[in-house]
Amino acid sequence: MSKLLKTAAILAILGGGTAWWLSRPIHADPSDFEGLTGDATHGEQVFLAAGCASCHMNEETKEKTVLTGGMELPSPFGSFVVPNISTDPEHGIGGWTVTEFATALQKGVSPKGQHYYPAFPYTSYTHMAAQDIVDLKAYMDTLPASSQENADHDMPFPFNIRRSLGLWKQLYLKDSYVVTNTPGSEIERGRYLVEAMGHCGECHTPRDQFGGLDRSAWLQGAPNPSGKGEIPGITRGILNWSKEDIAYYLSSGFTPDYDSAGGHMALVIENTSKLPDEDRDAIAAYLLALP
Amino acid sequence: MKTLLTTIALSATLALPAAAQDMSAQLKARQGQFRIMALNLGVLGDMVKGATEYDATAAQAAAESLVGISMVHQPTLFAEGSDEMSVDGTRALPAIWENPDDFAAKWAAFGEVAAQMQTAAATGTDAMGPAMGALGGACKSCHETYRAPQ
Repeated sequence: MSKLLKTAAILAILGGGTAWWLSRPIHADPSDFEGLTGDATHGEQVFLAAGCASCHMNEETKEKTVLTGGMELPSPFGSFVVPNISTDPEHGIGGWTVTEFATALQKGVSPKGQHYYPAFPYTSYTHMAAQDIVDLKAYMDTLPASSQENADHDMPFPFNIRRSLGLWKQLYLKDSYVVTNTPGSEIERGRYLVEAMGHCGECHTPRDQFGGLDRSAWLQGAPNPSGKGEIPGITRGILNWSKEDIAYYLSSGFTPDYDSAGGHMALVIENTSKLPDEDRDAIAAYLLALP
Repeated sequence: MKTLLTTIALSATLALPAAAQDMSAQLKARQGQFRIMALNLGVLGDMVKGATEYDATAAQAAAESLVGISMVHQPTLFAEGSDEMSVDGTRALPAIWENPDDFAAKWAAFGEVAAQMQTAAATGTDAMGPAMGALGGACKSCHETYRAPQ
């Protein structure tokens, strides 16, 4: 073998090895959750703020506490089917440890070490506080089991190779918030509700060619992933609503000219309407602080 | 001759999608109806928010208007073939015609909460707040399933 070929072979192995290493599943740190006790009552607030039921509810009956899943989420890469996250030990997530649950939320990795598709908004949930995760689990553990089997996602090659999502995460799963300057505790709480829990950016921010959020156009509106229509921008300049307008919309579903929320946003408002007033005010304060 | 026949046949085929019925009257009626709703909801909502003073007469008139609209027979306005796939200028999803009973039930639910508002409007904004929330819920529950995004 010539020296050149040998070098090429070594480089290929190294390159492949690096890609393999970079794409490995990462797990949450169990020590983050040691000594924490779950509070199911507060967990319900987390469940609402994180909007879990809006996608994971029973698609047939629309029951918001039966987390059977089944909703189809279209995307340019293929169609996702929302999985069962009820307490069923076989088809749902019953029996998961807190660390497994946190690994799913914060790292987008299943207990079997498989990468989840980012249709599951772990790039947002990665910012969730340890106590909130423990509380959320305590609440979800009180919900009924559903024995419905999960349907397969309809993903064509090459997007069906989950290992490659590890490389995607290197680019898009970030520890840092988008807005780094939060003057005052209200805007900071708003940032947590919008960027971490509410995962508003998942629909209201445009995506690049790899399906990652374009942080330079944060919450400035995006094409509807269903292919029809637009998801509106919600920055101050685009929306031009007052703080009261935003908070009232999140509680009643009425826009300032008394049109009403529709589509998936109607489900979001069903959740935000049950949050405390201060949380809706905080979301409004954060949005108004955006450039 | 054969070419001519083929051309005629082809033109007829091509013309088919354009043969959608004229639904402009139904669309105008529908959109006008929802505009009337929005204006009256605005009267009530502004009082609830405290943007305007509570005025019993104005609140009563607005609530009665909502009840009035809830009595309009919707199938006349939502005629078969007037969905967003068939005609331009509407966001009405075909699902309306696939689930006529559910659509009718959701409209009836709007009527019920409009009646609640009619009672509440006489007493003041304390009672109007929850009634406004119920109206918002009725609007959303229909728009969630039956209205296409903008």
